Amino acid sequence: MALPDTRHRARYLFIAVVVAHILLISAQVASRSGPPLLQAGLMSALTAAQRAAWGTVAGVRSVWEGYAYLRGVYEDNQRLSRENAQLRVLLQQERANARGTEEFRSLLGLRTRTPWTTAAAEVVAGSVSPDYQSVVLDKGRQDGVQPNMAVINTVGVVGRVVRVSGRTAVAQLVIDRNAAAACVIARTGAQGIVLGNGDLSLRMEYLSATAEMERGDQVVTAGTDRVYPRGLLVGVVEHVERNGPAFRVVIVRPAVDFSQLASVLVVLAPAPRADDGQVAK
Amino acid sequence: MTALRVVAAVVVALVIQGLLTRVLGAPSMRVDFGLVAVVWIALRFGRVPGLLGGTLVGLGQDALGGGVLGLAGLAKCVAGFATGVTGTQFIVTQTLPRFLVFLGATLLCAVVFVGLSMLLGLRVSSQPYLDVSIQGVSNAAIGVLVFKLVELSPGARDRWRARRERRQKRRYH
Repeated sequence: MALPDTRHRARYLFIAVVVAHILLISAQVASRSGPPLLQAGLMSALTAAQRAAWGTVAGVRSVWEGYAYLRGVYEDNQRLSRENAQLRVLLQQERANARGTEEFRSLLGLRTRTPWTTAAAEVVAGSVSPDYQSVVLDKGRQDGVQPNMAVINTVGVVGRVVRVSGRTAVAQLVIDRNAAAACVIARTGAQGIVLGNGDLSLRMEYLSATAEMERGDQVVTAGTDRVYPRGLLVGVVEHVERNGPAFRVVIVRPAVDFSQLASVLVVLAPAPRADDGQVAK
Repeated sequence: MTALRVVAAVVVALVIQGLLTRVLGAPSMRVDFGLVAVVWIALRFGRVPGLLGGTLVGLGQDALGGGVLGLAGLAKCVAGFATGVTGTQFIVTQTLPRFLVFLGATLLCAVVFVGLSMLLGLRVSSQPYLDVSIQGVSNAAIGVLVFKLVELSPGARDRWRARRERRQKRRYH
């Protein structure tokens, strides 16, 4: 059998690659998970390059910050020492309050909230495409990270883990167009779903038209989606719109500053059930 | 050698995109360095490297972006192949034609990506025309700049060598 003409080989290759892509997409739609080998191979190869690049940049940055910014260190040190002393006093007060609360809780027979087990992770790379909002973390399967674990920081919800390799993980940010989280308006308890807009804003949908809410209300996770623990801050209500006769749409300003994302916490323990009475801080 | 250059261009593009969004703190950056690399590969090496480069970039973006594997892969491979064919049919060496090729590739890529996303029931941008226009112009501006830099670099290397030789000659005389 003769080989196809050179001019046509490119066309046949194009058709073969397109068909392969369609089969790849179809396989994921059917099974709801990607081919693990291809995913793992791609992730390992690319994240290794990203880790190396970020390591170089972080090294240069640390040398710069360590030497070039030494000016004014004495004043900073003095100021931080004063702040530290004030914070120690505050910590003592908070500990005293906590002890008091604990006594009340035991008197009332309430269960103590089990703190989540978390792993601190550094963001080594940002989004590699304008179509996705994600970050690459320097913690992976070896550190206990699994898909669908919540990613938070000191302010609130960052996103959830979507892909994991040995030493890295990809976290889909809550502002991604295909991200969603079950949430409630903290003040009134009105329930809805927070969706990403693909930019730096969020919107809350499926809110009843009779639900009460106003600008400035805090939006927190409901804990019913088995990903995010209950009570984590997602954002603040910025604008309320009507969406037909039965629903309202709320524009939410995210609590987390996604342009300053440097380190995050991955919640390793399973998300608490909605009906087990646990209240997240 | 071409395969090595294609893989290197793909890796560099994805690393630059990830680093820039991380260092500059700009998660809503509209430039797609991956697509810029695909168009550059397709115009520089032809339609088959464009097709394979597009596949690599797209699959990499899908894997690191958390999306359906193959979605951006298909969009980028179609864009790479079409750009390669355009590069063989037309003279694309001036700034304006190159700008238009980048713009066209962005548009084609977006049409395939958004179309597939809608077919799969995924959410798409609420203002796709504006988004694609901004991304197209950004990609085209960066792409034209990349071409200029790449074209200038061999000349710069030659000039640097010539200067070094002149200095050495002066030292010996």
